[in-house]
Amino acid sequence: MSNTPSPLAQVAPQFLLLSVLAIGGVNAVTPEIQRQVVDLRHWMSAREFSELFAVAQATPGPNMLIATVVGWRVAGVLGAVVATLCMCGPSSLIVFFVTRAWDRFKGRPWRQIVQNGMAPVVVGLIASSGWILAKGADADWKGMVLTAGGAVLVWRTRLSPLWALGVAAALGVAGVV
Amino acid sequence: MGVASLLLPDRSHEAIPPPMDSQTPSAATPTQPSPIEGEGVRPRPTELDLFLGFLSASVRGFGGVFVMGRRMLVEERRWLTPEEFLELLGVCQFLPGANIVNLSVAVGQRFRGWKGSLAALAGILGLPAALSVVLAALFLRYASVPQVAHAMGAVAAAAAGLVIGAALKMAEPVFRKDWVLGVPVALLTLGLAAVLRWPLPAVLLSMAGAGTAIAWARRAR
Repeated sequence: MSNTPSPLAQVAPQFLLLSVLAIGGVNAVTPEIQRQVVDLRHWMSAREFSELFAVAQATPGPNMLIATVVGWRVAGVLGAVVATLCMCGPSSLIVFFVTRAWDRFKGRPWRQIVQNGMAPVVVGLIASSGWILAKGADADWKGMVLTAGGAVLVWRTRLSPLWALGVAAALGVAGVV
Repeated sequence: MGVASLLLPDRSHEAIPPPMDSQTPSAATPTQPSPIEGEGVRPRPTELDLFLGFLSASVRGFGGVFVMGRRMLVEERRWLTPEEFLELLGVCQFLPGANIVNLSVAVGQRFRGWKGSLAALAGILGLPAALSVVLAALFLRYASVPQVAHAMGAVAAAAAGLVIGAALKMAEPVFRKDWVLGVPVALLTLGLAAVLRWPLPAVLLSMAGAGTAIAWARRAR
Protein backbone atom coordinates (compact mmCIF):
# COMPACT_ATOMS: atom_id res chain seq x y z
CA MET A 1 0.00 0.00 0.00
CA SER A 2 3.06 2.23 0.26
CA ASN A 3 2.75 3.45 -3.31
CA THR A 4 -0.85 4.64 -2.97
CA PRO A 5 -1.17 8.38 -2.40
CA SER A 6 -1.84 9.52 1.15
CA PRO A 7 -5.47 10.08 2.12
CA LEU A 8 -4.82 13.81 2.11
CA ALA A 9 -3.50 13.73 -1.46
CA GLN A 10 -6.63 11.85 -2.46
CA VAL A 11 -9.08 13.99 -0.56
CA ALA A 12 -7.75 17.42 -1.54
CA PRO A 13 -8.48 17.28 -5.30
CA GLN A 14 -11.83 15.69 -4.52
CA PHE A 15 -12.87 18.62 -2.33
CA LEU A 16 -11.55 21.12 -4.88
CA LEU A 17 -13.86 19.57 -7.46
CA LEU A 18 -16.81 19.31 -5.06
CA SER A 19 -16.39 22.99 -4.18
CA VAL A 20 -17.22 23.93 -7.76
CA LEU A 21 -20.11 21.45 -7.87
CA ALA A 22 -21.69 22.51 -4.56
CA ILE A 23 -24.63 24.33 -6.11
CA GLY A 24 -27.27 24.36 -3.39
CA GLY A 25 -24.65 24.32 -0.64
CA VAL A 26 -22.43 21.71 0.88
CA ASN A 27 -25.37 19.50 1.90
CA ALA A 28 -25.92 18.92 -1.81
CA VAL A 29 -22.47 17.33 -2.11
CA THR A 30 -22.68 15.36 1.14
CA PRO A 31 -23.86 12.22 -0.76
CA GLU A 32 -20.76 12.45 -2.95
CA ILE A 33 -18.42 12.97 0.04
CA GLN A 34 -19.99 9.91 1.64
CA ARG A 35 -19.67 7.88 -1.57
CA GLN A 36 -15.98 8.77 -1.76
CA VAL A 37 -14.92 8.17 1.84
CA VAL A 38 -17.26 5.26 2.69
CA ASP A 39 -18.11 3.35 -0.50
CA LEU A 40 -14.99 3.88 -2.62
CA ARG A 41 -12.11 4.30 -0.16
CA HIS A 42 -13.49 2.58 2.95
CA TRP A 43 -11.95 5.11 5.31
CA MET A 44 -14.92 4.86 7.67
CA SER A 45 -18.25 3.11 8.05
CA ALA A 46 -21.54 4.65 6.95
CA ARG A 47 -22.48 4.91 10.62
CA GLU A 48 -19.33 6.81 11.51
CA PHE A 49 -19.89 9.17 8.61
CA SER A 50 -23.40 9.91 9.84
CA GLU A 51 -22.02 10.50 13.35
CA LEU A 52 -19.32 12.86 12.10
CA PHE A 53 -21.99 14.68 10.15
CA ALA A 54 -23.91 15.07 13.40
CA VAL A 55 -20.81 16.51 15.08
CA ALA A 56 -20.45 19.03 12.25
CA GLN A 57 -24.14 19.85 12.49
CA ALA A 58 -23.93 20.38 16.25
CA THR A 59 -21.02 22.81 15.90
CA PRO A 60 -22.00 26.45 15.47
CA GLY A 61 -20.93 27.71 12.08
CA PRO A 62 -21.50 27.20 8.35
CA ASN A 63 -22.92 23.91 7.07
CA MET A 64 -19.67 23.07 5.32
CA LEU A 65 -18.01 21.82 8.50
CA ILE A 66 -18.63 18.23 7.38
CA ALA A 67 -15.69 18.76 5.01
CA THR A 68 -13.50 19.97 7.89
CA VAL A 69 -14.39 17.01 10.08
CA VAL A 70 -13.91 14.44 7.29
CA GLY A 71 -10.53 16.01 6.46
CA TRP A 72 -9.53 15.75 10.10
CA ARG A 73 -10.68 12.14 10.35
CA VAL A 74 -8.66 10.96 7.36
CA ALA A 75 -5.54 13.13 7.74
CA GLY A 76 -5.45 14.91 11.10
CA VAL A 77 -5.34 18.64 11.75
CA LEU A 78 -3.52 19.31 8.46
CA GLY A 79 -6.28 17.35 6.74
CA ALA A 80 -8.90 19.55 8.40
CA VAL A 81 -7.18 22.72 7.22
CA VAL A 82 -6.62 21.42 3.69
CA ALA A 83 -10.17 20.06 3.36
CA THR A 84 -11.67 23.35 4.59
CA LEU A 85 -9.57 25.43 2.21
CA CYS A 86 -10.20 23.10 -0.73
CA MET A 87 -13.94 23.02 -0.04
CA CYS A 88 -14.36 26.81 0.09
CA GLY A 89 -11.48 27.99 -2.11
CA PRO A 90 -12.75 27.50 -5.68
CA SER A 91 -16.34 28.45 -4.83
CA SER A 92 -15.12 31.58 -3.05
CA LEU A 93 -13.04 32.58 -6.06
CA ILE A 94 -16.10 32.16 -8.27
CA VAL A 95 -18.22 34.25 -5.89
CA PHE A 96 -15.52 36.90 -5.73
CA PHE A 97 -15.37 37.41 -9.48
CA VAL A 98 -19.05 36.89 -10.21
CA THR A 99 -20.27 39.36 -7.57
CA ARG A 100 -17.96 41.94 -9.14
CA ALA A 101 -19.56 41.36 -12.53
CA TRP A 102 -23.08 40.37 -11.50
CA ASP A 103 -24.90 43.56 -12.42
CA ARG A 104 -24.38 42.75 -16.08
CA PHE A 105 -26.49 39.57 -15.80
CA LYS A 106 -29.29 41.20 -13.87
CA GLY A 107 -32.66 40.71 -15.49
CA ARG A 108 -31.44 38.35 -18.19
CA PRO A 109 -34.23 35.81 -18.83
CA TRP A 110 -31.87 32.82 -18.95
CA ARG A 111 -30.98 33.47 -15.34
CA GLN A 112 -34.53 32.80 -14.19
CA ILE A 113 -34.91 29.71 -16.39
CA VAL A 114 -31.69 28.15 -15.10
CA GLN A 115 -32.75 28.98 -11.56
CA ASN A 116 -36.16 27.33 -12.06
CA GLY A 117 -34.57 24.26 -13.61
CA MET A 118 -31.95 23.88 -10.89
CA ALA A 119 -34.29 24.29 -7.90
CA PRO A 120 -35.77 20.75 -8.02
CA VAL A 121 -32.31 19.27 -8.65
CA VAL A 122 -31.09 20.93 -5.45
CA VAL A 123 -34.15 19.62 -3.60
CA GLY A 124 -33.37 16.10 -4.84
CA LEU A 125 -29.72 16.36 -3.81
CA ILE A 126 -30.55 17.59 -0.29
CA ALA A 127 -33.11 14.78 0.03
CA SER A 128 -30.40 12.32 -1.09
CA SER A 129 -28.14 13.68 1.60
CA GLY A 130 -30.79 13.05 4.28
CA TRP A 131 -31.55 9.61 2.86
CA ILE A 132 -27.92 8.48 2.87
CA LEU A 133 -27.22 9.90 6.33
CA ALA A 134 -30.34 8.21 7.72
CA LYS A 135 -29.35 4.89 6.14
CA GLY A 136 -25.99 5.12 7.89
CA ALA A 137 -27.38 6.23 11.23
CA ASP A 138 -30.62 4.31 11.68
CA ALA A 139 -29.80 0.89 13.09
CA ASP A 140 -33.38 0.08 14.13
CA TRP A 141 -36.89 1.51 14.32
CA LYS A 142 -35.94 3.79 17.21
CA GLY A 143 -33.40 5.52 14.99
CA MET A 144 -36.03 5.93 12.30
CA VAL A 145 -38.36 7.54 14.83
CA LEU A 146 -35.63 10.02 15.78
CA THR A 147 -34.98 10.76 12.10
CA ALA A 148 -38.68 11.31 11.48
CA GLY A 149 -38.87 13.54 14.55
CA GLY A 150 -35.98 15.68 13.35
CA ALA A 151 -37.54 15.97 9.89
CA VAL A 152 -40.91 17.04 11.26
CA LEU A 153 -39.30 19.57 13.60
CA VAL A 154 -37.52 21.33 10.74
CA TRP A 155 -40.37 20.94 8.27
CA ARG A 156 -43.32 21.84 10.46
CA THR A 157 -42.10 23.94 13.40
CA ARG A 158 -40.00 27.01 14.03
CA LEU A 159 -38.05 25.42 16.86
CA SER A 160 -34.27 25.50 16.71
CA PRO A 161 -32.82 22.25 15.29
CA LEU A 162 -30.70 22.07 18.42
CA TRP A 163 -33.79 20.79 20.23
CA ALA A 164 -33.86 17.68 18.08
CA LEU A 165 -30.15 17.05 18.62
CA GLY A 166 -30.41 17.72 22.37
CA VAL A 167 -33.43 15.48 22.93
CA ALA A 168 -31.80 12.72 20.89
CA ALA A 169 -28.58 13.01 22.91
CA ALA A 170 -30.52 12.86 26.19
CA LEU A 171 -32.46 9.78 25.06
CA GLY A 172 -29.19 8.15 23.99
CA VAL A 173 -27.44 8.82 27.32
CA ALA A 174 -30.48 7.55 29.19
CA GLY A 175 -30.26 4.34 27.19
CA VAL A 176 -33.74 4.70 25.73
CA VAL A 177 -32.45 4.44 22.15
CA MET B 1 -32.76 28.14 -1.58
CA GLY B 2 -30.38 28.00 1.31
CA VAL B 3 -30.40 25.01 3.57
CA ALA B 4 -28.91 27.05 6.35
CA SER B 5 -31.96 29.27 6.41
CA LEU B 6 -34.19 26.26 6.81
CA LEU B 7 -32.29 24.68 9.63
CA LEU B 8 -33.03 27.59 11.92
CA PRO B 9 -36.30 28.91 13.27
CA ASP B 10 -37.85 31.50 11.01
CA ARG B 11 -37.83 34.76 12.87
CA SER B 12 -38.88 36.90 9.95
CA HIS B 13 -42.25 37.38 11.63
CA GLU B 14 -40.66 39.24 14.52
CA ALA B 15 -41.50 42.84 13.84
CA ILE B 16 -38.98 44.56 16.05
CA PRO B 17 -35.31 44.01 15.35
CA PRO B 18 -33.00 43.58 18.33
CA PRO B 19 -31.24 46.73 19.58
CA MET B 20 -28.33 47.82 17.46
CA ASP B 21 -24.95 46.51 18.42
CA SER B 22 -23.19 49.18 20.45
CA GLN B 23 -19.93 48.58 18.65
CA THR B 24 -21.31 49.27 15.22
CA PRO B 25 -18.50 50.72 13.14
CA SER B 26 -20.60 53.63 11.94
CA ALA B 27 -19.39 55.58 14.93
CA ALA B 28 -15.77 54.90 14.05
CA THR B 29 -15.96 55.84 10.37
CA PRO B 30 -18.79 58.30 10.04
CA THR B 31 -17.47 60.28 7.08
CA GLN B 32 -16.39 57.43 4.82
CA PRO B 33 -18.55 57.42 1.72
CA SER B 34 -20.24 54.14 0.95
CA PRO B 35 -19.02 52.29 -2.13
CA ILE B 36 -22.59 51.19 -2.84
CA GLU B 37 -24.31 53.46 -5.31
CA GLY B 38 -22.58 56.36 -3.60
CA GLU B 39 -25.54 56.93 -1.34
CA GLY B 40 -24.70 59.21 1.59
CA VAL B 41 -23.21 58.18 4.88
CA ARG B 42 -22.92 54.45 5.33
CA PRO B 43 -20.45 52.61 7.48
CA ARG B 44 -17.59 51.16 5.46
CA PRO B 45 -16.19 48.33 7.55
CA THR B 46 -12.46 47.73 7.77
CA GLU B 47 -10.94 44.27 7.35
CA LEU B 48 -10.97 43.88 11.13
CA ASP B 49 -14.65 44.90 11.29
CA LEU B 50 -15.45 42.31 8.62
CA PHE B 51 -13.54 39.61 10.47
CA LEU B 52 -15.18 40.38 13.81
CA GLY B 53 -18.65 40.80 12.32
CA PHE B 54 -18.65 37.44 10.58
CA LEU B 55 -16.97 35.80 13.56
CA SER B 56 -19.76 37.03 15.82
CA ALA B 57 -22.37 35.65 13.41
CA SER B 58 -20.63 32.29 13.01
CA VAL B 59 -20.29 31.47 16.72
CA ARG B 60 -23.95 32.31 17.33
CA GLY B 61 -25.13 30.25 14.36
CA PHE B 62 -26.10 26.80 15.56
CA GLY B 63 -27.29 24.60 12.73
CA GLY B 64 -26.30 27.14 10.09
CA VAL B 65 -25.32 30.77 10.22
CA PHE B 66 -27.86 32.17 7.83
CA VAL B 67 -30.24 33.79 10.32
CA MET B 68 -27.46 35.25 12.43
CA GLY B 69 -25.67 36.42 9.30
CA ARG B 70 -28.67 38.41 8.23
CA ARG B 71 -29.13 39.87 11.70
CA MET B 72 -25.51 40.92 11.84
CA LEU B 73 -25.36 42.38 8.31
CA VAL B 74 -28.71 44.11 8.14
CA GLU B 75 -29.82 44.87 11.67
CA GLU B 76 -26.79 45.13 13.91
CA ARG B 77 -24.03 46.55 11.73
CA ARG B 78 -26.14 47.84 8.84
CA TRP B 79 -23.57 47.03 6.20
CA LEU B 80 -26.41 46.05 3.84
CA THR B 81 -30.00 47.18 3.44
CA PRO B 82 -32.62 44.38 3.44
CA GLU B 83 -32.90 44.76 -0.34
CA GLU B 84 -29.14 44.58 -0.89
CA PHE B 85 -29.03 41.54 1.36
CA LEU B 86 -31.68 39.72 -0.67
CA GLU B 87 -30.04 40.53 -3.96
CA LEU B 88 -26.60 39.45 -2.83
CA LEU B 89 -28.07 36.29 -1.33
CA GLY B 90 -29.76 35.51 -4.65
CA VAL B 91 -26.39 35.67 -6.39
CA CYS B 92 -24.76 33.51 -3.70
CA GLN B 93 -27.48 30.83 -3.94
CA PHE B 94 -26.99 30.69 -7.67
CA LEU B 95 -23.29 29.89 -7.25
CA PRO B 96 -21.61 26.80 -5.74
CA GLY B 97 -20.63 26.81 -2.07
CA ALA B 98 -22.26 27.32 1.30
CA ASN B 99 -24.55 30.35 1.13
CA ILE B 100 -23.18 32.10 4.17
CA VAL B 101 -19.58 31.48 3.13
CA ASN B 102 -20.35 32.92 -0.29
CA LEU B 103 -22.08 35.86 1.34
CA SER B 104 -19.02 36.61 3.46
CA VAL B 105 -16.82 36.63 0.33
CA ALA B 106 -19.27 38.91 -1.50
CA VAL B 107 -19.65 41.37 1.39
CA GLY B 108 -15.91 41.46 2.01
CA GLN B 109 -15.28 42.05 -1.69
CA ARG B 110 -17.81 44.86 -1.79
CA PHE B 111 -16.20 46.87 0.98
CA ARG B 112 -12.50 45.96 0.94
CA GLY B 113 -11.74 43.91 -2.18
CA TRP B 114 -9.86 40.64 -1.84
CA LYS B 115 -8.50 41.55 1.58
CA GLY B 116 -12.03 42.07 2.78
CA SER B 117 -13.09 38.72 1.36
CA LEU B 118 -10.24 36.94 3.12
CA ALA B 119 -10.99 38.70 6.42
CA ALA B 120 -14.69 37.84 6.24
CA LEU B 121 -13.91 34.22 5.27
CA ALA B 122 -11.53 33.86 8.19
CA GLY B 123 -14.23 35.24 10.46
CA ILE B 124 -16.98 32.95 9.26
CA LEU B 125 -14.85 29.77 9.10
CA GLY B 126 -11.91 29.92 11.47
CA LEU B 127 -13.40 29.35 14.89
CA PRO B 128 -16.21 26.97 13.81
CA ALA B 129 -13.73 24.80 11.91
CA ALA B 130 -11.44 24.57 14.96
CA LEU B 131 -14.42 23.85 17.21
CA SER B 132 -15.73 21.09 14.94
CA VAL B 133 -12.35 19.34 15.04
CA VAL B 134 -12.24 19.56 18.85
CA LEU B 135 -15.76 18.14 19.10
CA ALA B 136 -15.01 15.35 16.62
CA ALA B 137 -11.82 14.47 18.53
CA LEU B 138 -13.71 14.40 21.83
CA PHE B 139 -16.38 12.23 20.27
CA LEU B 140 -13.94 9.67 18.83
CA ARG B 141 -11.94 9.61 22.07
CA TYR B 142 -15.00 8.69 24.13
CA ALA B 143 -16.79 6.67 21.46
CA SER B 144 -16.17 3.47 23.43
CA VAL B 145 -18.13 4.77 26.43
CA PRO B 146 -21.58 3.18 25.90
CA GLN B 147 -23.52 6.30 26.82
CA VAL B 148 -21.50 8.42 24.39
CA ALA B 149 -21.91 5.84 21.64
CA HIS B 150 -25.64 5.68 22.22
CA ALA B 151 -25.98 9.44 22.38
CA MET B 152 -24.01 9.98 19.16
CA GLY B 153 -25.97 7.31 17.34
CA ALA B 154 -29.18 9.01 18.40
CA VAL B 155 -27.91 12.48 17.50
CA ALA B 156 -26.79 11.21 14.09
CA ALA B 157 -30.27 9.80 13.45
CA ALA B 158 -31.87 13.11 14.42
CA ALA B 159 -29.34 15.12 12.36
CA ALA B 160 -30.23 13.05 9.29
CA GLY B 161 -33.84 13.96 9.99
CA LEU B 162 -32.95 17.67 10.04
CA VAL B 163 -31.60 17.37 6.51
CA ILE B 164 -34.70 15.49 5.34
CA GLY B 165 -36.87 18.18 6.95
CA ALA B 166 -34.89 20.88 5.16
CA ALA B 167 -35.41 19.07 1.85
CA LEU B 168 -39.17 18.81 2.50
CA LYS B 169 -39.36 22.47 3.39
CA MET B 170 -37.44 23.45 0.27
CA ALA B 171 -39.58 21.15 -1.86
CA GLU B 172 -42.87 22.83 -0.93
CA PRO B 173 -42.45 26.16 -2.78
CA VAL B 174 -40.62 24.49 -5.66
CA PHE B 175 -43.39 21.94 -6.17
CA ARG B 176 -46.13 24.51 -5.70
CA LYS B 177 -44.59 26.81 -8.28
CA ASP B 178 -44.47 24.13 -10.99
CA TRP B 179 -44.99 20.54 -9.93
CA VAL B 180 -44.79 19.16 -13.46
CA LEU B 181 -41.19 20.35 -13.54
CA GLY B 182 -40.40 19.98 -9.85
CA VAL B 183 -41.63 16.54 -8.76
CA PRO B 184 -40.12 14.34 -11.50
CA VAL B 185 -36.81 16.20 -11.57
CA ALA B 186 -36.45 16.10 -7.77
CA LEU B 187 -37.40 12.41 -7.54
CA LEU B 188 -35.15 11.41 -10.42
CA THR B 189 -32.25 13.30 -8.81
CA LEU B 190 -32.93 11.50 -5.54
CA GLY B 191 -32.98 8.14 -7.33
CA LEU B 192 -29.72 8.75 -9.18
CA ALA B 193 -27.80 10.23 -6.24
CA ALA B 194 -29.15 8.23 -3.28
CA VAL B 195 -30.31 4.89 -4.72
CA LEU B 196 -28.13 4.29 -7.77
CA ARG B 197 -25.24 6.28 -6.21
CA TRP B 198 -24.15 7.93 -9.42
CA PRO B 199 -21.12 10.22 -9.08
CA LEU B 200 -22.22 13.79 -8.46
CA PRO B 201 -20.80 15.27 -11.70
CA ALA B 202 -22.91 12.79 -13.68
CA VAL B 203 -26.02 13.56 -11.60
CA LEU B 204 -25.51 17.31 -11.91
CA LEU B 205 -24.78 17.27 -15.63
CA SER B 206 -27.78 15.14 -16.55
CA MET B 207 -30.30 16.58 -14.10
CA ALA B 208 -29.28 20.23 -14.43
CA GLY B 209 -29.56 19.76 -18.18
CA ALA B 210 -32.94 18.05 -17.93
CA GLY B 211 -34.28 20.53 -15.36
CA THR B 212 -33.20 23.57 -17.33
CA ALA B 213 -34.55 22.12 -20.58
CA ILE B 214 -37.95 21.46 -18.98
CA ALA B 215 -37.95 24.89 -17.34
CA TRP B 216 -37.17 26.44 -20.74
CA ALA B 217 -39.95 24.47 -22.43
CA ARG B 218 -42.38 25.55 -19.72
CA ARG B 219 -41.33 29.20 -19.46
CA ALA B 220 -44.15 31.72 -19.29
CA ARG B 221 -45.65 32.61 -22.67
